[in-house]
Amino acid sequence: MKTFSVLTPGAYTTVQDAGRYGFQKMGVPVSGVLDPFAHAAANILVGNPPDRAVLEITVTGPKLEVLAACDVALCGGEFNITLNEEPVQCWSSFAVIPGDVIEVHQVKSGCRGYLAVTGGIDVPRVMGSRSTYAGGRIGGLAGRPLAPGDELPAAGGTRNTGPRAVPEELRPSHPEEISLLAIAGPQDDYFDEGLELLFSSSYMVTAKADRMGYRLKGPDIPIADGKPQSIVSEPSMPGGIQIPADRQPIVLLVEQTVGGYAKIATVISSDLSKVAQATPGDTVRFVRTSMEEAHRLVREQHDKLRALARLLA
Amino acid sequence: MTNSLYDTPRFRPAGDRGILAEFGEGIDLSVNRKVRAAALILEQRPPVGIVEVIPTYRSLLIIYDPMQTVPEGIEQALLALEQDMDSSCIPPPKVVDIPVCYGGDFGPDIGFVAETHGLSVDEVIRIHSEPLYPIYMIGFTPGFPFLGGLAESLHTPRLETPRFHVPEGSVGIANNQTGVYPVASPGGWRLIGRTPLRLFAPERETPFLYTAGDLIRFVPIREGDYRRIAQEQGRPEE
Repeated sequence: MKTFSVLTPGAYTTVQDAGRYGFQKMGVPVSGVLDPFAHAAANILVGNPPDRAVLEITVTGPKLEVLAACDVALCGGEFNITLNEEPVQCWSSFAVIPGDVIEVHQVKSGCRGYLAVTGGIDVPRVMGSRSTYAGGRIGGLAGRPLAPGDELPAAGGTRNTGPRAVPEELRPSHPEEISLLAIAGPQDDYFDEGLELLFSSSYMVTAKADRMGYRLKGPDIPIADGKPQSIVSEPSMPGGIQIPADRQPIVLLVEQTVGGYAKIATVISSDLSKVAQATPGDTVRFVRTSMEEAHRLVREQHDKLRALARLLA
Repeated sequence: MTNSLYDTPRFRPAGDRGILAEFGEGIDLSVNRKVRAAALILEQRPPVGIVEVIPTYRSLLIIYDPMQTVPEGIEQALLALEQDMDSSCIPPPKVVDIPVCYGGDFGPDIGFVAETHGLSVDEVIRIHSEPLYPIYMIGFTPGFPFLGGLAESLHTPRLETPRFHVPEGSVGIANNQTGVYPVASPGGWRLIGRTPLRLFAPERETPFLYTAGDLIRFVPIREGDYRRIAQEQGRPEE
């Protein structure tokens, strides 16, 4: 069912779901949303299962004409949103009818928004996922970001009986100083004082920050004496903190497969949402944590989303 | 020759959802076979909580769901499966012929490669199309094969400044490696030819023509054959 017509696409708006698993060994990165918490919350607000495809909006959002009645919600960064030029709230669902115009303006805090719609964005699955991987020109709409004139289908389905909102206490804040929990490794043995430096310095997010990774600027992280400057190419996980030849860390994200530089530490999965919401100029600090604590936080985030689903059901 | 295989895999944590299992040192076919055997056995008899396995040169990334398992559980499962992990569980390699139109607009750097080594262009083509190249791993972009076995007489440094756009199907050389670009991307390899095949076709039942462990043979073709095959494959002109 054609649900939106794209009047203006925004800075970089793509269709994303929970990711494309099973093809990384063929060089197809996982892709998918960068902020899994906001993605799940937006879907729950419109009554969807948490993994349905949404629009991932970057800094400046699209202007959409509504073609079919549905519920809509946007979670993630704090965006000014208007419906027919009247303000509507983030982290809340609202009903729209044909002829309405939704406009997502520039972000006030954070970086990315997730716009969910009743039933989810219904583009064809490619290799099991609707996620856009622009580098490989697959998924989403023709494997690319939205463009003016695009028509977006949604699956439709049961509507909300009234507006819903995520309670204030479950919404994340987006401070300009971000602390990220990280587990040492996989190649922490390639560093000695570098490891200490990483966990005691602050880094700035540079303008080179996209779905492949975030380049940071700050103290150089030296490789330990006697260790090679590169490793035999291996796969990377989202959150991996790679130290390339210029010794400035890069937090790898979802459009990566293999690389030949050592990764000193890995941001824990429940903090990847914070990376997704960081913008150039923000300050990042890494705080060392344990595997057990990281897994406890995975369960905590899972429980939080379940509580939200129950609350809004 | 020293044996670079480890007696037992070494594990490294890759965040709270990944484990890297390393099977030996460096780039070595016997180590790589062990990695692929482990990947296959984990895919065939997956322990609870495994999401995906990604084999590379010497290491296997195991992605798991921490809501379902713990890293120690996966490490123990892999060690328990290890005795069954020999070359017998690896299917025999497929030989995949990749037709290549060498030189001209398709291979703008073939002259440089020839001059660097005091060879004629025809000799470069003959030497490059002779071996069966083993695929160690696939990565970088969809279907990009990392191949072993490039003749030393063709080892050529990368471009100093990478090209912004390397067309789909380009065949190139970078130092001791050769490979082919299944999708257009930026790249710094010396381009010596192009294949008309679509090496990555997501809508095809089998999106890829080969997998890690297979052998690639580059088969020289003329420009007329290139055009004909490209048309059959539905490849746009570039």
